[in-house]
Amino acid sequence: MSDITVHIIDREGVQHDIAAPTDMNLNLMEVCKAHELPVKGTCGGMAMCASCHCYIESDHELNEASEDEEDMLDQAFFVEDNSRLGCQIFMKEELDGLTVRLAEESE
Amino acid sequence: MIETDLLIIGAGPTGLFTVFEAGLLKMKCHLIDSLPQPGGQLAEIYPKKPIYDIPGYPVVMAGELVDNLMEQIKPFNPGFTLGESAVTIEKCEDDSFIVTTDKGTQHKAPSVAVAGGLGVFTPRKPPIENLPAFEDKGVDYIVRDPEKFRDKRVVISGGGDSALDWTVFLADVASEVSLVHRRTSFRGHLDTVDKVQELAQQGKVKLITNAEVVDVHGTDQLSQVTIKQKGADDLLIDCDHWLPLFGLTPTLGPIADWGLEIEKNAIVVDNATDYRSNIEGIYAIGDVNTYPGKLKLILCGFHEATIMVQSAFKRAFPDKKLSFKYTTVMGGVGSLE
Repeated sequence: MSDITVHIIDREGVQHDIAAPTDMNLNLMEVCKAHELPVKGTCGGMAMCASCHCYIESDHELNEASEDEEDMLDQAFFVEDNSRLGCQIFMKEELDGLTVRLAEESE
Repeated sequence: MIETDLLIIGAGPTGLFTVFEAGLLKMKCHLIDSLPQPGGQLAEIYPKKPIYDIPGYPVVMAGELVDNLMEQIKPFNPGFTLGESAVTIEKCEDDSFIVTTDKGTQHKAPSVAVAGGLGVFTPRKPPIENLPAFEDKGVDYIVRDPEKFRDKRVVISGGGDSALDWTVFLADVASEVSLVHRRTSFRGHLDTVDKVQELAQQGKVKLITNAEVVDVHGTDQLSQVTIKQKGADDLLIDCDHWLPLFGLTPTLGPIADWGLEIEKNAIVVDNATDYRSNIEGIYAIGDVNTYPGKLKLILCGFHEATIMVQSAFKRAFPDKKLSFKYTTVMGGVGSLE
């Protein structure tokens, strides 16, 4: 299976075009961390923190956010209609070309 | 002053297991943690989540792992300072350290193991630029004394239990309570959610949903907040207090100012030796440290703790010879003196 390309815009506005494998069940948070993008992933991808909050900027069809994810987005800030938690978005072929922007970090 | 052989900062899984490994070397341990209960993230964030990568356990609930660790270290009778965070450290003339907490409790030990995980759990603060200027001047992240809000106009943000609980409570105390929430549904206990809806219908609470506070205003004290509501113009609300209640998030905290080498919010250690930091006698183990190839896994924390205590032993008992023993040979730890 071939890699897909995802475009991740960091908090400085710089776009990173990243090749992500689709056969490892990787999520977007893990992809960001693997490429040393500033995503903390505090809870380890369990939708229990909001440190991988991002905005989906392309019109890819995504799996719907679970109740857990929505609950966690309640604790994030500057949440928009296109807000998601990166850890709940899994790399698969349909997501080739996905563009996301990292949300501002809260401290 | 509490005196011990090894002072452990952080009572998460790594800190707890350190007590076991140190105990095998007959070292006494004391743990400090900012949370009121041991277990760190496992107890605070995800007690009901299954963990799959603990050797020997195909699956274990986080809370259960903490209970088991507590059981495992019981024979070594560790001391705990819970609900207090380590704030300062000073080096004594005898080469040991004194660590003082935010409540003034002092601890002395020849070695300090920082097992602080992701840090101290502190309230999550909205990223509003001039927010810090209004902290304690109208903006509170924790309700300590509800009387402070008597006959005041209060805006509460959040959709979870603490936001709902305080909305219900302050409805009878404050002159005006507005609850601002991102969605129309809430994730708190059902009866509290019902109560809030009821108070809203009675006009005792103003419910502003699909909305969030995006700015704060005032000269010295908070006097207004700007609320952005989906599909509507921004709303300015006059208020005396704003309570952003968005749960807790860990930050490295005061440890960042201890003179330790920090990289990406973690303490740089030497993984080729004994997880020592740049300060002799201070070690960092578990999620709080970093080194080339670091993995933030519980089992890696356990390994780091085991290696580290061998070194801490030499600092605690410079004249004693360390001889490594397998627990299997001793027939269980219960047989230790």
